[in-house]
Amino acid sequence: MKWIAAATPLAALLLLLPSFAGDFYVNLASQIFIAAIFALSLNLLVGYGGMTSLGHASYLGVAAYLSALLTSRYGLGHGPAAIITITGTTAMAACFGIIALRATGLGFLMITLALSQVLWGLAYRMSAVTNGDNGMAGLTRPMPFGISLDSPASFYWFALVVTSIAFVMMAIFVSSSFGSSLKGVRDQPRRMAALGFNPWMIRWITFIYAGFWGGVSGLLYVYYNKYIHPTSLSTTSSAEALLGVIAGGSGTLGGPVVGAALVLLLKNYASAYIERWNMLLGLVFLFIVLVLPTGIVPGFTKLMTGLRRGSR
Amino acid sequence: MQFWIIQGLNSLSLGGLLFLLSSGFSLIFGLMRLANLTHGAFFMLGTYFGATALRSYSGLNIWVTALGAGIAVAAIGGLFERLVLTRLKTNPLGQVLVTLGMSFIISDACLLLWGGDSIPVPTPQNLQAPTRVFGFVFPTYRLVLVGCALAAAIALYFLLERTRLGAMIRAGVDDSQMARAVGIPVSNLFTIVFCLGSGIAGAGGVLGGPILSAYPGLDGDMLPLALIVVILGGIGSLLGSFIGSFIIGFIYTFGTALFPELAYIILFLPMIFVIAFRPQGLFGRVAA
Repeated sequence: MKWIAAATPLAALLLLLPSFAGDFYVNLASQIFIAAIFALSLNLLVGYGGMTSLGHASYLGVAAYLSALLTSRYGLGHGPAAIITITGTTAMAACFGIIALRATGLGFLMITLALSQVLWGLAYRMSAVTNGDNGMAGLTRPMPFGISLDSPASFYWFALVVTSIAFVMMAIFVSSSFGSSLKGVRDQPRRMAALGFNPWMIRWITFIYAGFWGGVSGLLYVYYNKYIHPTSLSTTSSAEALLGVIAGGSGTLGGPVVGAALVLLLKNYASAYIERWNMLLGLVFLFIVLVLPTGIVPGFTKLMTGLRRGSR
Repeated sequence: MQFWIIQGLNSLSLGGLLFLLSSGFSLIFGLMRLANLTHGAFFMLGTYFGATALRSYSGLNIWVTALGAGIAVAAIGGLFERLVLTRLKTNPLGQVLVTLGMSFIISDACLLLWGGDSIPVPTPQNLQAPTRVFGFVFPTYRLVLVGCALAAAIALYFLLERTRLGAMIRAGVDDSQMARAVGIPVSNLFTIVFCLGSGIAGAGGVLGGPILSAYPGLDGDMLPLALIVVILGGIGSLLGSFIGSFIIGFIYTFGTALFPELAYIILFLPMIFVIAFRPQGLFGRVAA
């Protein structure tokens, strides 16, 4: 019952945010939601599956490009375009999973990185399709049930709904018995295999599921920005999400949300003062790994339990 | 016919360049079990050092420049290994993330120092005249580059197979705990190999300069090529990265010439094929 008491004010705050915050903050919150879905989906791989992917931007970028191409070039409506986009991105995750899961550990990391670099290169060079370095502009937001999402507040609520669904779905995923077997495969793959589980299949299903939610975040991303550029497929984009996961605390549900929010806020505020975002990102990486290797949320929890024990 | 021979020679020279890039990566991975994602940035740093030196002193020899830039990059790599990587010995994921962070820092620093425009690196004067091969005119420098890669491969082979240091490195690659137990200073070997690997990348960056020129994003272009070469050839195998470099050199050159827009996908087909049937790579002993 304790968590309901904590969650109710939070839910009320999130629901009512557009009524007291300015447009800038509402938009910032929408961006945080998108980054949070993206980081949560990566966390399924990194935190719960022990598969560190450096190519997760593939799913965000490909979903964004697919939706942009289908709606602007082929004139499809947003509904069918969204379905094709998510199906396509999930299918791509299934193919990439077959390739990348031939290896584990560093090999997996290198293959996912290489695959995403290929997509980035394609987005840059196939300018006949993707418009290359100019990106694709002039995109529109969908109108679910006839409601326009063009105002910051309406898009915020839309993103809030999608993010809540995504959060709950991923929470169910990791707390289900399948989630337990995933954690088992992460920690003891050989024992799990001996117990009759199929570690490869468990990893592959997780990989596809993570790709699916990565695609959802990409769809929201392109709806929000109404523009797509090859940088959203770059290693920097994958690395930002990974930093969010690790900074917040991988293998926890709240961690990636906190981490993604921090990375996004840092990016927004830092870029107002300095131009060197990539350098700052690199330094933050060094700092987090060297000083806070378990992440903020586990570190904070540890601190709180320590304090509670101390006061007793 | 002319097309095939010229492109074939181009492939050889790209293969040579890729070997200079990937051999160090493979060496570091083999010994340290570390995917050094800074490797592309080290290569780019070498190119920028070379571009600056060769453009400011016109009489400078490219070989001396390559050696100097190699030593400079090796020193940076050594510092990074000693100050940061050694602290993360028990945390392989942390090590990879730190090398990724370092690559962002280096590439952004290059952008800050040298600006966003691409800087061409002059071809050495005495190698500017074209050579005739089978009656076809071909840039001499590119042929020399193949020779460089061969020389580097032979030198590395002798270093690894015929010297005491090489024997210690091989022992560390095979079983680093056992090597420690018999008194081999594996931690020092880590530093030496990291310096060596980044040094080769830096020198390779200078030598590749006249073909590629220095530009921001060079690191992002080269790192995946290095990854593909070592995944294809087998991680930690010198022969693997040698053969892999030339395979990728051929595929990339012909792919770009024949199907310019699809070159990037074609590049991946052999890797996917190899991973599907031989996950440890063509010449690798163990899967990554």
